[in-house]
Amino acid sequence: MEIKVLGMGCASCNKLAESVKQAVKELGIDTEVKKIEDVAEIMRYGIMKTPALVVNGKVKAFGNLLSVAEVKAILQSDQ
Amino acid sequence: MFVWAQRLADWLVYRVFGLAAGTHLAGALNFLIFDGIKIFLLLAVIVYAITFIRGFFPPEKTREILARNKGRTLIGHILAALLGIVTPFCSCSAVPLFIGFVEAGVPLGVTFSYLVAAPMVNEVALGLLYAMFGLRIALIYVLSGETIAVLSGLIIGRLGLERYVEEYVFKIKMGQAETDVRQPTMMDRLRDAWLYTCDLIKRIWPYVLIGIGIGGFMHGWVPANALARYAGKGNPFAVFIAVAVGVPLYSNAAGILPLIGELTRAGVAMGTSLAFMMAVTALSVPEMILLRRVLKPRLLAIFVGIVSAGIVFTGYLFNALL
Repeated sequence: MEIKVLGMGCASCNKLAESVKQAVKELGIDTEVKKIEDVAEIMRYGIMKTPALVVNGKVKAFGNLLSVAEVKAILQSDQ
Repeated sequence: MFVWAQRLADWLVYRVFGLAAGTHLAGALNFLIFDGIKIFLLLAVIVYAITFIRGFFPPEKTREILARNKGRTLIGHILAALLGIVTPFCSCSAVPLFIGFVEAGVPLGVTFSYLVAAPMVNEVALGLLYAMFGLRIALIYVLSGETIAVLSGLIIGRLGLERYVEEYVFKIKMGQAETDVRQPTMMDRLRDAWLYTCDLIKRIWPYVLIGIGIGGFMHGWVPANALARYAGKGNPFAVFIAVAVGVPLYSNAAGILPLIGELTRAGVAMGTSLAFMMAVTALSVPEMILLRRVLKPRLLAIFVGIVSAGIVFTGYLFNALL
């Protein structure tokens, strides 16, 4: 499972990254949560509103903050 | 609307804490409680309403609307300035947004009208201004912000500054969004707005409290019109100084508004206070740092310069009109 958080360093983006790391830990998924801050790479996912959550190459959520529970639900639905 | 809050504050300060009316401490504390309640309530309601409305205007939609109108210059600018108000604008979104617009063929000037309008006509500030100062001031705020946005966009467009955009921006191919994200339902929207509002307030309440605290101090210790001599209508440099001080500072709109009320009570001319507020909220160092990733220094400087000049002009205009 490949998990990426797209964001360029504002508070919301960092917050999402934390929530995602927490969710990953609670679900016991053995994978590294990558934070993508490079603009060109973010744009390649076709979104204009960060933060965004990308799982296995697909954008699962963008532009809003997710609670840890919501992140878990998203991650679980992909397993 | 908030008479009950005033009564609560009075009761707490004069009955429960037993402070004597007319003392500095009583005045400050009374203001703190009353304004605190008022501001946080207003904030919650306004942010919620705005976030909900904004949900209907995602950046992708804005991009589409602006790209469709790329041939019509004036309309494009006006649309960009209007959409800048309603679309969500986290400062880190500024860059993907900018690139997205450029990539869709939206003219640089139009993109700038958007970039100026978004932070300049801050909806939270608008809501708070309306609640605290009435419709007239709120309308002036919107109109001046929009005018500055349209004009600065037009000027930048005319100056042909495309070469001061970082080259890679024009080479980026925006991917096709391969999303699994389904269309939000009404329940989603209502709930997202609530989550966002709670999170925002959790993040900014210290700053709001500081703003109210300073306001409280001024309310209790600074007599009315004390600053009139320095920053009242008489001082021709007041607006310049206010903007020069305000630009490097950044505060959330909610943090600065309580201060604006107190500044005007202390005798600062309304135009000067408004200019100060706009300077503080419209430009922020984090946003500048992020924009530097897509704008070369010269263009960034022009952007800051035009917005600042617009704010200064507006300050003088209001002092003359009000």
